[in-house]
Amino acid sequence: MLLEWIYDLTYALLKPFKRFLKPDSFAEKAMISIEKVGKGVVFDCQMCGQCILHSTGMVCSMNCPKNLRNGPCGGVRLNGHCEVKPEQACVWVKIYEGSIASPKYGGEIMWLQPPVNRTLQDTSSWVNLLHGIDQKMKTVWQTQEDKDALEPLFRGSNEKE
Amino acid sequence: MKKNKSSMSQLEEVLISGRFAITSELNPPDSADAEDVNRAAMILAGFCDGINAVDASGANCHMSSMSICALLTRVGYEPVYQISCRDRNRIAIQGDILGAAAMGVRNLLCITGDDVSAGDQPGAKPVFDFDSIQLLRTARMMRDERVFLSGRKITSELPLFLGAAANPFVPPYDWRPKRLAKKIAAGAQFIQTQYCFDIPRFKEYMRQVRNMGLHEQVYILVGVGPLRSYGAANFMRTKVPGITIPDEIMDRLKKTPKERQQEEGKNICIEILQQVREIEGVAGVHIMAYRQEELVAEIVQEAGLLPRIAQQPF
Ligand code: SF4
Repeated sequence: MLLEWIYDLTYALLKPFKRFLKPDSFAEKAMISIEKVGKGVVFDCQMCGQCILHSTGMVCSMNCPKNLRNGPCGGVRLNGHCEVKPEQACVWVKIYEGSIASPKYGGEIMWLQPPVNRTLQDTSSWVNLLHGIDQKMKTVWQTQEDKDALEPLFRGSNEKE
Repeated sequence: MKKNKSSMSQLEEVLISGRFAITSELNPPDSADAEDVNRAAMILAGFCDGINAVDASGANCHMSSMSICALLTRVGYEPVYQISCRDRNRIAIQGDILGAAAMGVRNLLCITGDDVSAGDQPGAKPVFDFDSIQLLRTARMMRDERVFLSGRKITSELPLFLGAAANPFVPPYDWRPKRLAKKIAAGAQFIQTQYCFDIPRFKEYMRQVRNMGLHEQVYILVGVGPLRSYGAANFMRTKVPGITIPDEIMDRLKKTPKERQQEEGKNICIEILQQVREIEGVAGVHIMAYRQEELVAEIVQEAGLLPRIAQQPF
């Protein structure tokens, strides 16, 4: 998917500038504005500061009225619309479709996403990513092995038998 | 992993033994009267291995699930403590888990919760600090690693049997078994499903669940319940989030004369119960009889699930 490719490209472009893109720096302020506009237009980004777009089919999960980061609630309507806002499609229905259409990162929808760090609201997710701030926790949330074990289930064996 | 006992829960014991488990729901009173809870619990305890203390379901204000658990454990009943993510943040929830375990609660049911817009006070602030999977994972961390989310130590054991909800009856259908896999990875040991009225849909769900081998990792209790009348069914179908009732069942109730609709609702429930019981990977049922607790006894009896081991109060 094109968006996956753009994500990889952005990461590759920004990585060499890690030294300059420091938290609370002028460069971060600039990044915040860029993200607000750019990701705002494309994804209706809510600026949570710990972006998991590529794990959620390139659809912003923070647009779910319940802020769910691990999958849809049980209230999705039969037409695929949201329990809370009946006029809009369930964000997680879109995420699921987006993940199916993402060959590279789609399986990451199976990862267990940790609770949101609310102090990162309105900071730059790229800066946080480059410095590992977005994933920082004092406890082990999920090991790489666990992630690797879950991921294949996404495209896995629903069909046989 | 499923067979290792992690708590002193009677419900877990029944499930490990391979007996068909029954849980039910206590309708939380709108009073400050402990008798209202005791009376309902007494009826249910004769037939159920666990009694759900629901956490303001439908976002309607009632006596809290924590206090119902307090009343139930006082008498020696087996509550299933429901925690939803709607009303409390992570600090309150972790504290409540400790408190519940201290009172003798052994079963925890971690759910997202209906949105405030569904309830009697839609102007309330929805919290949703956790989602249900984060809540499950945190509870497991507290039990197994004996730490809070912050890494701070918990100084005692926390014997808990962890559960989650599942709704196989709403889209995206193919995602639902995968979501179950995530819940198991996060810590779920038992599952209570939303009301099952659509048997073909549920069979397909269970087929996918078995394909992924999930039925061997978690105990699945299927949600069933008697519809009180055509009007009540219509209300549940249109007003309560997440409940799906197929047209055939609606028609069947509609064609039944009003005074016999409750009876017919019960018959439908028993039929469904008997059908889901035959499905491989089903470990029990969760009977939800909103404001008709007396019916649970009849349903259990008429479905041929007797004799049962009654819960023994002190
Ligand atoms: S229906 Fe979908 S978008 Fe709406 S609250 Fe539930 S998961 Fe979120």
